[in-house]
Amino acid sequence: MPFLPVILWSDVLIWLLLLAAILLGWLSARNPLWRTAWQRVGRSRSGMASATLLLAFAAVGLLDSLHYRPRLAADGGQGASAQPAVYAVEVLSLLDALLTPLRTRNEKTYSAPLATRAHAKETIEVRGSDGRLQQTRDHPRLRYGGAHLGADEERRDADVAGRVLQALGLALLTWAVVVVAVCGGVARAQGSDWRQAGQRIWRSDGDFAWSAVLCALAALLLLAMPVALLAGDYHVFGTDKVGQDVLYQVLKSVRTALVIGLVTTLVMLPLSVLLGVLAGYFRGWVDDLIQYLYTTLSSIPGVLLIAAAVLMMQVLIDTHPQWFATAAERADLRLLALCFILGVTSWTGLCRLLRGETLKLRELEYIQAAQAFGVSSLRIIGRHILPNLMHIVIIALVMDFSSLVLAEAVLSYVGIGVDPTMISFGTMINNARLELAREPMVWWSLSAAFFFMFSLVLAANLFADAVRDAFDPRLAGSP
Amino acid sequence: MLAYIARRLLYALPILIGVNLITFALFFVVNTPDDMARMQLGVKRVTPEAIDRWKAERGYDKPLFFNDEASGGAMLTETIFFSKSARMFVGDFGRAEDGRDIAREIVSRMGPSLAIALPTFIIGLLVSVSFALLLTFFRATYLDFWGVVLCVAMMSISGLFYIIGGQYLISKLWKLVPISGYGGGLDAWKFVILPVLIGVVSGIGSSTRWYRTIFIEEIARDYVRTARAKGLAEAAVLFRHVLRNALIPILTGVVVVIPLLFMGSLLTESFFGIPGLGSYTIDAINAQDFAVVRAMVFIGSLLYIAGLILTDLSYTFVDPRIRFN
Repeated sequence: MPFLPVILWSDVLIWLLLLAAILLGWLSARNPLWRTAWQRVGRSRSGMASATLLLAFAAVGLLDSLHYRPRLAADGGQGASAQPAVYAVEVLSLLDALLTPLRTRNEKTYSAPLATRAHAKETIEVRGSDGRLQQTRDHPRLRYGGAHLGADEERRDADVAGRVLQALGLALLTWAVVVVAVCGGVARAQGSDWRQAGQRIWRSDGDFAWSAVLCALAALLLLAMPVALLAGDYHVFGTDKVGQDVLYQVLKSVRTALVIGLVTTLVMLPLSVLLGVLAGYFRGWVDDLIQYLYTTLSSIPGVLLIAAAVLMMQVLIDTHPQWFATAAERADLRLLALCFILGVTSWTGLCRLLRGETLKLRELEYIQAAQAFGVSSLRIIGRHILPNLMHIVIIALVMDFSSLVLAEAVLSYVGIGVDPTMISFGTMINNARLELAREPMVWWSLSAAFFFMFSLVLAANLFADAVRDAFDPRLAGSP
Repeated sequence: MLAYIARRLLYALPILIGVNLITFALFFVVNTPDDMARMQLGVKRVTPEAIDRWKAERGYDKPLFFNDEASGGAMLTETIFFSKSARMFVGDFGRAEDGRDIAREIVSRMGPSLAIALPTFIIGLLVSVSFALLLTFFRATYLDFWGVVLCVAMMSISGLFYIIGGQYLISKLWKLVPISGYGGGLDAWKFVILPVLIGVVSGIGSSTRWYRTIFIEEIARDYVRTARAKGLAEAAVLFRHVLRNALIPILTGVVVVIPLLFMGSLLTESFFGIPGLGSYTIDAINAQDFAVVRAMVFIGSLLYIAGLILTDLSYTFVDPRIRFN
């Protein structure tokens, strides 16, 4: 085999989450109440535009969640086939393979976006007109940035402009194809002709906010396509201190943010649902115990509890190096431990909410009727209480995502976040925070991290609002 | 009222014990007293006798939670957990790893923390409540719509960027105030103004939106319609009726954080080099100084419980229907 698949724990969880999402979709399609709620989300323009963006981020994250170790080239000639295969220690993902030029073409140090020369001056040797070597201080030429231009560096602007125009044309073309496909699909589904379908989509008076999806897609294509075409030969967002491409870093950060935002809820959810429902349904000493537990946990300032837990985990990891085959596995386990800690420290809010709601539900007539019929508690909880709590759970899930992504950045800055070797928005900001003070200023790392993180969190916030508006029964009547 | 406060304080006791239990368990599960002794003594001087002496000197020579050699109540009191945490209840937090007295350090660092946190809190509250009232006044117009959009955009920006951007713009580019540091006395305002400004701006988005939701919910009530029917101006309705009735949900979120202002802000203080409790905690985290982290956890939860009690008490001031007996 040319590669050895590596299954990291976070990969497993990410794909499990995808499976769970599909299952949720299937269940929602069967339940009429949920179906109407999701249809309300589908009609929301901001919700669908942000969902488009989120799907793009999710695609990047999923591509980055298939890991392998490439086989090292054997140097034994004919005898190589008999030798056992040797695999690299480095764990790569499918995204890494797609971005090989970005990953491998490292410069020496800082270079500005689209630059052909390094950011700082160095002493370099130049052969003067009389043929002798002279030492001058100048910006050295980059090894890869704009290397295809050769000595003809003035051509860079024309080259970049040409590529951008080409990319914009390509983006518009792709977009047009998608628009035609959507129009055709809508026309067939409604049995109307193309013109009517197009008008409906444009006015977005259908059941689904296609216009918002198409607008978001257009914006995405117009931004991503030029970057994609330029990235092959330039460092579109520049390079960082050790010469690594910033575009590569921000794309890798997406997965870390998604893992933190999603896997944490996996830990939080069972705790808060189980304990909240038990406390609300059984009351008495169960309630007292669970209330004591969450009051105690929530009275510890969140950051401090996380800090204490992460400190302890760090000690544990440092004293047991034999547990991890590769550095990637260690970083991955630390990421999961962080998710676990974040989950254990943040379930209390949702638990309190669910307990209150269960207290209210158990006094309703249909539950009392079920109790009078002698239905078992387990069955009442499963059949009558849990389904009526699901809207709170779904709202809490989408609302928590963005705050978790933001929290990761802060925690990594404080030094209690992800492993320093793992690329994340937090580590990027942490490495770049002193760069603004440099002369001349280095702004691209921070800007790129800012832009990507902002768009991810903004999309998540807008989507969460759309979901909340659709699922919250208090808001259900209002438009 | 007094009886109510006394009962609440009594309830706080088991919670504080639980908090201590959690921090202790977290620490000693992976780091036994033997490990601590080895780390402190260094590699060269580690002998079983030295470890025992180190543990005896610092009171780590007892069992962790339960002493089965003792009898009666001493089974619980003759343990590390009891001896270490019982002293915290009387304000003795022990010494940090650099030998300084933690309690004294905390007292001296409280001032700078409050100098930043208190103005941030008050100005932030006033600004976001006024913005929220403004948006409510112009509800269902373009101003309201774009105001909410702006709020969502502002709350999508990480706090780190507010600090980095503010420092760059105001201190480096415009050179208005020093970039970081702290000075006592009258000079302090120079160092305080920037962190306060950034703290206020970074909090505006989420809190304005939150208060707007409360006001909008309140404005749909019957008494508001009555007030309008009486012919009151919209401004009078908002200030005299909606604002006062919305105080309960606002207080729920606000009063609980007032005691926690003493703790300072981890991020702001470490970015601006302010010698407050927040930066103290961060330094302790980075130096893996568990004694300090434990003390801060204890004080933090104490203040949080105080905040909860204060919240309940504040209800009686804004809503005369609420009584404790």
